[in-house]
Order: sequence, then structure tokens, then C-alpha cells
Amino acid sequence: MSQQTQLLDSSQNRKTMLILEDFGRNLGLTFYALFALFPLVWMVICSLKADAEMYNTVFVFTPTLDNYKAVLLGTDYFKAFFQNLVVSGGAVLLTVVAGVPAAYALARYDFKKKEDVAFQILSFKFAPEIMVILPVFLIFQKIGLYDTYFGLIWVYQLITMPLLIWVVRGYFEDISVEVEQAAQLDGYRWFDVFFKTLVPLIKPGLVASGLLAFIFAWNSFTFPLVLSGFNIQTITITSLRYIASDTVHYGQVAVAALIAVLPEITARLFIQKHLVRGLSFGAVKG
Amino acid sequence: MPKLNVSHPDINYNEVPKNIRMRPYYIIAPGLLILIGILIPFVTAIFLSLTNYSFRLPHWKLIGLKNWIDTLTDPSFYHALWVTIKYAVFSTGTQMILGTVIALLLRKDTRYSRILKVLFTFPLMVAPAIAVLIWQLMTSNSIGVLEKLLNVFGVFGFPWASSHSTAMFTAVLIDTWVNTPFILLLVLAGLQSLPKSPFEAAEVDGASRWFIFKTLTLPMLKPFLYIALLFRLMASLQEFGIIYALTKGGPGDTLMNISLTGYMTAFQYQRLGSALPYLLVLWTIVNISAKFLVKRQRKLAKQAQGY
Repeated sequence: MSQQTQLLDSSQNRKTMLILEDFGRNLGLTFYALFALFPLVWMVICSLKADAEMYNTVFVFTPTLDNYKAVLLGTDYFKAFFQNLVVSGGAVLLTVVAGVPAAYALARYDFKKKEDVAFQILSFKFAPEIMVILPVFLIFQKIGLYDTYFGLIWVYQLITMPLLIWVVRGYFEDISVEVEQAAQLDGYRWFDVFFKTLVPLIKPGLVASGLLAFIFAWNSFTFPLVLSGFNIQTITITSLRYIASDTVHYGQVAVAALIAVLPEITARLFIQKHLVRGLSFGAVKG
Repeated sequence: MPKLNVSHPDINYNEVPKNIRMRPYYIIAPGLLILIGILIPFVTAIFLSLTNYSFRLPHWKLIGLKNWIDTLTDPSFYHALWVTIKYAVFSTGTQMILGTVIALLLRKDTRYSRILKVLFTFPLMVAPAIAVLIWQLMTSNSIGVLEKLLNVFGVFGFPWASSHSTAMFTAVLIDTWVNTPFILLLVLAGLQSLPKSPFEAAEVDGASRWFIFKTLTLPMLKPFLYIALLFRLMASLQEFGIIYALTKGGPGDTLMNISLTGYMTAFQYQRLGSALPYLLVLWTIVNISAKFLVKRQRKLAKQAQGY
């Protein structure tokens, strides 16, 4: 009899424990969610506040679109947005054209110094950007690439190329060799094998890593800070000017930040399954 | 004998015509050339560090190791080194712990956690410079919501980035906001890859939660944690964007790490030659730690696979 009550007791205890645990977990997650997401929410709120209401209201105010009008119509923000798009998009395009074949070669062929080449490509990721950029600045000024689209697109390869080559190499390695052999037996030449059987197979991964490379390029700060002047302006540099000016219009700062973030969050939603793999350069197959 | 192509495993390397044997090099060449074109400046960097090159002077000449000696005897170099290490340890450490804890909390699959997993990655997509803007909206003493929150607790005018004593905290906070999701994602991927049976066995044997975590979960997660550590440590040792956008290294020289000192020396003070030793030292530190971590990680990954 007493044993039975004990058993009952312990199962009751277990239940309370589980409820407590659930509660604790959700509490912890909610705290972190506030930390991670509230700044973004606050940015949206600020973007809708008029300057006058900025200082004396927190959550209750009359929303206005004036800040959006001021940023998008009044200044060179739109130009910077467009130019950032061209530079980042161009960088990813060049990376895909030159990087996918390189990734294929590293995945499928066995040649001398292969691992050295692969590691060398990865090490670009770990080179301090400032150090690379100082001499590049001098050379670009000499050969006229300073403050040009091509100059920036070229330098951005340091961000996008190692990422794409390492991630896509992994996707090629995942495809079994038999697929290629079958296609070769069918009489396809090697580039037909490549474009007609392999590329379609790695397409989801390729699109995801391309988008991720785009996000990294879009976010780049050091390169455009040093290598662009009046001609080309990127969004990260232009946005900073809103806070540096004498009278800070916080509403406009919020709009500038919001528009800079939007393309990235949109792009991120398309990456979903491949995100971890891309972020870890293929080291973790999430 | 090197294989030419995995799809022809039995082929004799020497019988292959040369144009086919060279094919991998052709294929890889465009990508490599684009990257190496950018690497040429690196060699230039070493050379220029031996000159008195400046944007102001019309001519430059070789001055040997003078820049290096000047740098290595300058107290501001050791200050920059100290700031670099402090920043890297604080930000990487906070992110590693916070990211791992949140990943463990997200482990149980509920609808709430599934939504959060997507939402939590948003800050990771934000450019560091833009993240600074977003946090300035939060921490501003006039319009910031955090000031109003702190007022409730009786704290007024918390200085954030403008004071010597809280600037590092603010920078690390913003870095943590942006980069914790990276650790979180890697640890989650690690948790998903764990085999079920050892955990079931431990539970049947009545092992405590803490014991299971300490002896099973953590060791099996180690390869993943090492990758996370590798990426974050390398990036935070050379952090530039967040600090530059926040205070340009200030107030005073509080946040002047090696990257910023190098940048300022080259562009503000126009002494390129003396900026380069800073950056070459940074490059050496980063490269050595990367090599070390990559080696450890490979070993751990092999252990985890049971070799």
C-alpha cells in the first residue's frame, strides 16, 4: 500500500517537474527572443514616428510615413541602394561563373596540390580585410580601379568566392559518381555532363549559397569604406551618414537601417535548409 | 598514382593525353586567378612596410626595419593588442555560451521553438554597421527605449558607447546580438546529428541530466563547437565594422584594436608604412590560431566518428 502511494507521488512529482521545466524553457526562450527581435521591432516603430513624437512617446503615437518620404525621395539613399545591388549582384555573378567550375574541379578531379589549393582559397576568409585593402587601395588608385564598379566587384570576390567554392564543392561531392558515369556512357561530353546532369542536381544548394554570398557582399563595410568615393556608394556607408550629421533625425536613421535589412531578411527566407551548411563553409551539413 | 577523375578510377595517369590531364587546372584557373590578383597586394604590403610610404609625401624610400621597430616599441601597439584580445575573448565567449544555452533550450521540438528557430537568425543577416545603427536607436539617451527601461530601475543616463567604462560592453553587446545565432545554428545542427541510443541507454541506467550533458552531449558536440569557435574567434580578432561605426575606436583609445589602429594610422595620420606592421602582426595571430583550431577540429571530428 505504502509503496503504491510512493509510486503515485513520484509520478506526480515528475509531472510537476515537467511543467516547471517547460515553463523555465519557454521563459528563457522568450527572454532571448526579446533580446534578438525587439531591436528590429523598435527600428520599425521608430521609422513610423514623427520627429516631434520621438522624444516623448514610447509605443503610443500617430504613425507617419514622412521619414520614408524623406529618405527615399530627398537624399541619395536610393542611388546607394541601387549601386549596392549592382556591386553585390555583380560580385555573386562573377563568383558563380568562375567559382562553380573550380568547386567541381576540387570535388571530382584528383590533381597535384589539390588540398593546398583548397586551403589557400579558404584562408582568404581569414585574412584581415583592412590589411588586404590598404595595398589594394594604392594599386587601384594607380590603375584607375578606385571607386569603380569593377574594382569593388573584384575585391568582393574575397568575400563571395571562398564561400561559394567550399560550399558548392560539398554539394558536388554529395552526388554519386555513378550519375556522371551513366551520363558519360550515354555519350555526353564532359561539359554536357556538367551542365545537363550535375548543375540541375546541385541547383538548390547553389542558389542558397549564392544568396548567402549576396548577403555577405551586401553587408560588406570595410571594402566600400576604403575603396569607394563619390561615384559608388553602398548602403552600409551611406546609412552611417544619417547618424553622423549634426541634427540626427532618428526616424530617418530607422528607415535607412530598415531598408538596408529588408533584402537580407527576404533572401534569408529562401535559404532555409541550406543555411547552416553555407555559414560553416560546408563543414556542418545541417 | 594520382587519379585523373573519380569517374575513371582505373585510368593510367601517364597514358592520358596532356590536354585532358591539365583539364582540372584549366577549370580551376579563372577562380584562382581572380583571387590571386587580389593577393598580389599582400606581397606589396610586406614590401611597403619597409618604406616610409605616405599619401602626403611625393617620394618614398626604403627605411629598413624602422617601421617595425617603431611599432614594436610603441605603447599604443600593446594597448591595441590588449584591446584586440579582450574584445575577441569577451565577444566570442559570450556568444559561445549564450548560443549553446539557447540551442539546448530550442532542442525540444514545439511549434514555438520551430518559429523561433527562423526568427532568431534574422540578426545574423544584418550588416554589422547597420546593427550599430539599430542599437543606437535603442541606446540613445533621448529617444532610446532602453533608457526608459533603466529609468524604471532607477538608473539614469547610462552612458553606453560614450564612456570609457561601458564602451567595450556596448560593442560586445552589439556583436553578441548579431553573431549569437551563428553559434546557435551550428550547435542545433550538432544536436540533430547526435545518435539516439547512448542517450536512451543513459536514461535507462538512471543517469542525471547534468551527467548526461557533461559526459555525452558536450563531448559529442565538440567538433561543432570548434567550428563555431574557429569562425567567431577569427572574425572577432579582426573586428572593424562594429567598432568603427560605433565610436571609431573611441572614446579616447578605449576601443582601438589592431584593425582600427592600422586603419587610422594609414588614413587619418597618413602613414601607410607604419600602419602595415600592425596589420601584418594581426594577420600572423589570426593565421596561427586558425591553423591550430583547424587541426584540433579535424582530430575531434575523427574521434567523434569513432576512429
